[in-house]
Amino acid sequence: MEEESIMKERVAIVGIGVTGFSSVSPSLSFKELTYTAAVKAYHEAGLHPKEIDSFITASEDFMEGYSIFDEYVPDQMGAVMRPVQTVTADFIQALGIGCMMINTGRFRTIAVEAHSKASNVKTLNEVKAFALDPVYIRPLKENADFLAGLEMKRFLEETGNTEEQCAEVIVKNKANALNNPYAAHAASLTIDDVLSSPPISLPLKELDAAKPADGAIMIVLASEKEAKALCKKPIWIRGISWFSGQGNPWCRDFAYADYAQLAAQKAFAMAGIANPLKDLDFAEICDEYSYKELQHLESIGIARKGEAGFLTQTGVTKLGGLLPVNVSGGSLGVGHTYEASGGMKVVEAVMQLRHEAGIRQIPNAKTGLVQSWRGVPTATGAIALLSNE
Amino acid sequence: MGFRKVAIVGAGITKFVRRAQETGPEMSYLASKIALDQAGLKLKDVEMVTLGTAPDAFDGVHMKGEYLLSGAGGNNKPYIRNFVGGGTGVFAPIHGWMHVASGACDVCLVVCSEKMSSCHPHPQGAFLTIFDHTTEQPLKPTLIWIFALEMRRYMETYGLTKEDIARVAVKNKNNALDHPSAQVAEAVTIEDILNSEVLAEPVHRLDISPASDGAAAVVLASEDVAKRLTDKPVWIDGVGWNLDTAYWATKDLYYPRYVEKAARMAYEMAGITEPHKEIQVAEPYDPFDYKELHHMEGLLLCERGEAARLTAEGYTARTGNLPTCPSGGALGVGNPIAATGLMKVIEIFLQLREEAGKRQVPGKPRVGVAQAWGDLMQVGTVIVLRR
Amino acid sequence: MKIENVPVKGLSSDEYEKTLKISWKPTLQYAWDNGIGIGKYLQSLKEGKILAAYCEKCGRIMLPARAFCEMCFRPTDKYLPVKDTGTVNTFAICHVNWDASRLKPDEPRYIPAVIEIDGASPGQGIMHLLGNVEPAKVRIGMKVKAVWKPADKREGSITDILFFEPY
Repeated sequence: MEEESIMKERVAIVGIGVTGFSSVSPSLSFKELTYTAAVKAYHEAGLHPKEIDSFITASEDFMEGYSIFDEYVPDQMGAVMRPVQTVTADFIQALGIGCMMINTGRFRTIAVEAHSKASNVKTLNEVKAFALDPVYIRPLKENADFLAGLEMKRFLEETGNTEEQCAEVIVKNKANALNNPYAAHAASLTIDDVLSSPPISLPLKELDAAKPADGAIMIVLASEKEAKALCKKPIWIRGISWFSGQGNPWCRDFAYADYAQLAAQKAFAMAGIANPLKDLDFAEICDEYSYKELQHLESIGIARKGEAGFLTQTGVTKLGGLLPVNVSGGSLGVGHTYEASGGMKVVEAVMQLRHEAGIRQIPNAKTGLVQSWRGVPTATGAIALLSNE
Repeated sequence: MGFRKVAIVGAGITKFVRRAQETGPEMSYLASKIALDQAGLKLKDVEMVTLGTAPDAFDGVHMKGEYLLSGAGGNNKPYIRNFVGGGTGVFAPIHGWMHVASGACDVCLVVCSEKMSSCHPHPQGAFLTIFDHTTEQPLKPTLIWIFALEMRRYMETYGLTKEDIARVAVKNKNNALDHPSAQVAEAVTIEDILNSEVLAEPVHRLDISPASDGAAAVVLASEDVAKRLTDKPVWIDGVGWNLDTAYWATKDLYYPRYVEKAARMAYEMAGITEPHKEIQVAEPYDPFDYKELHHMEGLLLCERGEAARLTAEGYTARTGNLPTCPSGGALGVGNPIAATGLMKVIEIFLQLREEAGKRQVPGKPRVGVAQAWGDLMQVGTVIVLRR
Repeated sequence: MKIENVPVKGLSSDEYEKTLKISWKPTLQYAWDNGIGIGKYLQSLKEGKILAAYCEKCGRIMLPARAFCEMCFRPTDKYLPVKDTGTVNTFAICHVNWDASRLKPDEPRYIPAVIEIDGASPGQGIMHLLGNVEPAKVRIGMKVKAVWKPADKREGSITDILFFEPY
């Protein structure tokens, strides 16, 4: 079989809209939040929603407090009586579906949205625990973060990365977020602050886990022909892939993130990336928990096994380093937005590639990687490679 | 740019039952295994997987898609869950179509699974949370309210009687006697339907499909692969889907305009200009009996208000001009929401291959349509299959 | 290909009782931000009024009040109260509770209805309950009026209207 690819037809991002991010967002309902993001995205794209061929929402019922959340999505996107779908997936996965739809040759433009109203979920820990396997794990009555604690312990032990290096990730990302006007949880911390923070599920401590944030993101995709007509600075999706690794947590190899490795292989092949450390100008990596940034860097192949902590400590991944990672601040600094978290990273990448990232701007940024993970208890995530050429 | 053709090359289905012993992942596996065996493929031949399943509240697991994935062949694969309420069962193969038609893969597995019985005391209770949490839930609505409201509007608009509507349940429950998966097949009469308990006037208990557990799966393949695997590929000729406003009380419920839009989208792709003539077998979604009529009209298979008369004349019987729900539909086979829609797609698949056994409609049908509906009277999902 | 011996074992209710099961009762609590449109809508209900929103582009007066017109995709131009009377567009007589349990013979039936509210654009209805009426007498086209809770009992909820009754 010849090498298949979603991206035989090039797809570009022609408009982005963000409203966020903050710990709470009481002045706007989820519909109004999404509407404001949609207005901005459509304005950038120069399109009225009537001109957009299809719409995709990424959301989970229990994060919204609705059954069949799909019911409540069309109005705020301007998509009443249009082809609209909901996927229970991360934003980057939804973007992948959009790329596929354009590659069928039957859709020219697709709008993709996701949002977080995590502040409205009063029993967030219960909701997270509700995702645990009802027979094998949930009856243990643990806070769902325990799975992250288990994984962190195994990861550190097998790779030789240290808790201190995980703390460096937090310090770096929260400091980066100080440069990001969208960030909700920016802070100037020290390693000691992190190491002395209260335990959640050791070695996982409070500061190791990203705090939630509210916000909405809308992105408009277009086929190559449309993009060139619509947009001065289309940002091309050179590769995109999503994978689920081992579905059952008790069968996993916790040292590495299989989903990230599989998605990276596929996405790099699509984009012709042979040496990520050299070929990429920046990466936005999922850091919902501090150790995840290190684990993902190693699984993707940006760092060798056991090396990611060292790269962080020696400044390779800081703004100004060889491969800046999470210049936006990541989930740790911006806030974790669940299904929208991949979207936050795509937005950052687009701004960097358009050279519109202000004081966060990475000089001469040409190609960036964005990566997402759906959180505990999943082994599901996606990767996209974006460039401005 | 040439469009890639996509075919269904294998299908699998479980029994639909009120309470299954098997878990959701187990049912997903059972249906997927049959589909792969039928297609002559192994799991390693599957490149991508899309799964459809309806509210997480039924199975009682947040991120239900992730919970089901290892049973649906999703391990170490690009796997994603699509979720458009009751429309999911027909949207799932449309999603699969996107995977293959885009060139992303040559073989895609589509799985639908539902385990409504997990929800206690009754899965119906989960439907409270589909209503607007602020403007409607405080009134403690149940799903039956919204169907009863729509049914009455439909009946009154066209001057239909309860008998007109019950006729559909009679047809489908009888048709289902020939379906191996059937949960509530029964040789009922109109009297039986109208003698059954009134739940919400004008809806009687037997006007409604049951809560069910069940799973179904299909394997989709690109043209080259399909032709190697089978000499009877069934092509996905047209796909369409449409979502209406969340403000459901602000539109007239007598006509599903969103089903028409979805149908037009699918027919245009399939090059169908006169659906009432060109469609030879139909599986519209029938969670309530009047819905089959409602959807026949939305699918442009007949004039508005005519579906009941045509049913009374035998037009939609297996031996009629346009056999409709020859499977027995949700009313006869059962309604494990997402799996029901896929069951209907599988029925058209089998009918077009003349493999529907005792349910086979005569006349060698070559073009069929399956449709599902969902959300709060909002979603239409339509697929046109051609042999 | 044939469908023949389909798998999955259905359990009778007796078998189900005897089957090993795991139960879980989650605590899923949410406090949804109302935002501008619904916030005003609820505030008006507290004041004994039904609030709509007007879009001058399409000319619709829409219920419930909203901050943007979803058809024109632009912010609505103003909020205005409409009447608290309307016409029954459709209705049902319900004998079951939300959890599928049956009403007892002496309990009053639920009569949900879609009521097109006077003063809003045609077809702009809200769902609510009918009361103070014999179920058998309800008709599509019936004129009804809201029965409000006393002002000091209103909370800013759709239930500030107890039900709609014929007038």
